Amino acid sequence: MNPSSPHDVAGSGEAALLASGHSLGSVTHRLTGQSLSRSTPRWWIVAFGLMLLLLVLFTIALQRLLTVGVGIWGIRIPVAWGFDIVNFVWWIGIGHAGTLISAILLLLRQPWRTSINRFAEAMTLFAVMCAGLFPLLHLGRIWRFYYILPYPDTLGLWPQWRSPLVWDVFAVATYGTVSLMFWYVGLIPDLATLRDRATRRGFKRFYGVLALGWRGSARHWKHYQTAYLLLAGIATPLVVSVHSIVSFDFAVSIVPGWHVTMFPPYFVAGAIYCGFAMVLVLILPLRSLYHLHDFITPTHLDLMSKVMLATGLFVAYGYLMEAFSAWYSGNIHERFLAIDRATGPYAWAYLSLLVTNVLLPQALWLRYTRVTPWALFLVAVSVNVGMWLERFVIVVTSLHRDYLPSAWGYYRPTFWDWATFLGTVGLFLSALLLFVRVLPMIAVAEVREMVLHHAPPAAHLEEPA
Amino acid sequence: MKSSTDEDGRGLVAEFETPAALVGAALALQQLGFRRYDALTPCPLPELDRAMALPTSPLPRIVLASAVITGLLGYALQWYSVMLDYPLNVGGRPYHSWPSFIPITFELTILGGATGAVLGMILLCGLPQPYHRAFDAPRIERATQDLFFLHVEAADPCYHEQDTRQLLLELGSTGVSDV
Repeated sequence: MNPSSPHDVAGSGEAALLASGHSLGSVTHRLTGQSLSRSTPRWWIVAFGLMLLLLVLFTIALQRLLTVGVGIWGIRIPVAWGFDIVNFVWWIGIGHAGTLISAILLLLRQPWRTSINRFAEAMTLFAVMCAGLFPLLHLGRIWRFYYILPYPDTLGLWPQWRSPLVWDVFAVATYGTVSLMFWYVGLIPDLATLRDRATRRGFKRFYGVLALGWRGSARHWKHYQTAYLLLAGIATPLVVSVHSIVSFDFAVSIVPGWHVTMFPPYFVAGAIYCGFAMVLVLILPLRSLYHLHDFITPTHLDLMSKVMLATGLFVAYGYLMEAFSAWYSGNIHERFLAIDRATGPYAWAYLSLLVTNVLLPQALWLRYTRVTPWALFLVAVSVNVGMWLERFVIVVTSLHRDYLPSAWGYYRPTFWDWATFLGTVGLFLSALLLFVRVLPMIAVAEVREMVLHHAPPAAHLEEPA
Repeated sequence: MKSSTDEDGRGLVAEFETPAALVGAALALQQLGFRRYDALTPCPLPELDRAMALPTSPLPRIVLASAVITGLLGYALQWYSVMLDYPLNVGGRPYHSWPSFIPITFELTILGGATGAVLGMILLCGLPQPYHRAFDAPRIERATQDLFFLHVEAADPCYHEQDTRQLLLELGSTGVSDV
């Protein structure tokens, strides 16, 4: 019942999750230091400046989009879904690792989640934020977005409940809200630690207000742990449902290449794959910049790589089954599409996808790749590129040659497509940089729990002092 | 608590250096009949649950109720809109096409459950509570870092200032202060 009883964590490999020689005080000092430090590292300022430049680009792209319209993008019939939907699915997929690490690994009692869950949750939150922007921007008239919500309007209009696009609104909105709550609940004890360690009045206030007056009461911890476990239990089906519903956007249609029953599990596996890759892409540099090697050990890297390798194989199986079901269906449109993907005008995308997403990640079978930061970083980048290409292939190649050859076309993203995409990268990374600057990127209270488990067992309850 | 704000939480705060000492002291207080006391710890201590005989949290029932209610409301909203408010024939499909209503019902059930868990937890803990008497104790800021504290309220029937202070020191406290 209790998610953090010491009996659950005891076992082999525990020592490797935290360098030895740490005490409650030392981990607290070490992990809150980077939030409370008065000096901001030079690399942070440079990185944040670059991200602000991307945000400027984003603002210009948005201004252009809102004044001119979605025609500035490359979307033209027959390809009416382009970068916007590709990026939406890519970002929301990245957003799946946080909840997976926090919720599913908690329920599975995997103690290695402790050093990475906070960071992955924050990443989830910012990725969902970027993802949510794309369908809104694609509306064209973004100021009318509330039409999609059920409210008693004067026209008597209701959303079309039978449409996966409406389900998507509910799924993504729920996911964003639950991720935010999960992240915040996890942060409360750490915010209290920051409040108590802060020396400057403004900082004390800032963290104090956010900490809600948390004081570490045993009676509170009891409710807190129950809430956290319940949230994990609730978030687990949620995380699976969100990408399933995203896949319904495609699978419920009758477009060849989209109308596949395998899509929900295939999408969920891809999301986890891509999300873990993004966690690694971000955490490997941060680990060395903030010298967090004591907390994010080779064991963590090894285990994350293994999850990536396993989900990568699911995804590769998905590619295989896509081709197989196209052939086995006997449907000429499905068969044509499968051949067109591999040999048509977008063959470059399909082949790069196979290289980056299937071939290169096989390097993870070697232990060397799994524990060597630079090699792992390269593989993780390759997976992120590959998963982006996968969504590009699914969205664009399925549309560009439909039933009527006279209506075929070729989709080319414009400068504004790229500007919007890079803009959301800037939004994502600047939010993440702010997060690692002001909040602890590793759950301090949870690491303290790990430290206590190394200590001799607590008092024998039978014989009080 | 019926006492005035000035009296709220008045009592003693005892500091302990190890979780073992704290758990032992809490168990002793519990066995001596103390009820209005609390432990302040930097992370949850499962042993403390038993020592303090903490009741199971009612949160699961709150979460179940809020999840079921939001889910039902979500389904009812969809049913109402297509059956009563604006029945619209789309390609001869049944108005009450319930399988299509499941995803939104599911998502809203989750949303209701999660909101119930978070708000329920915050309310059950009595948060937000910016000030608490225990915050007046010296070194109490380390309760969220590396030290362990017991807060015994004067309102407890077993409380006696001198005796309780002595008891806490005998139980291994490294410092007892009035709050």
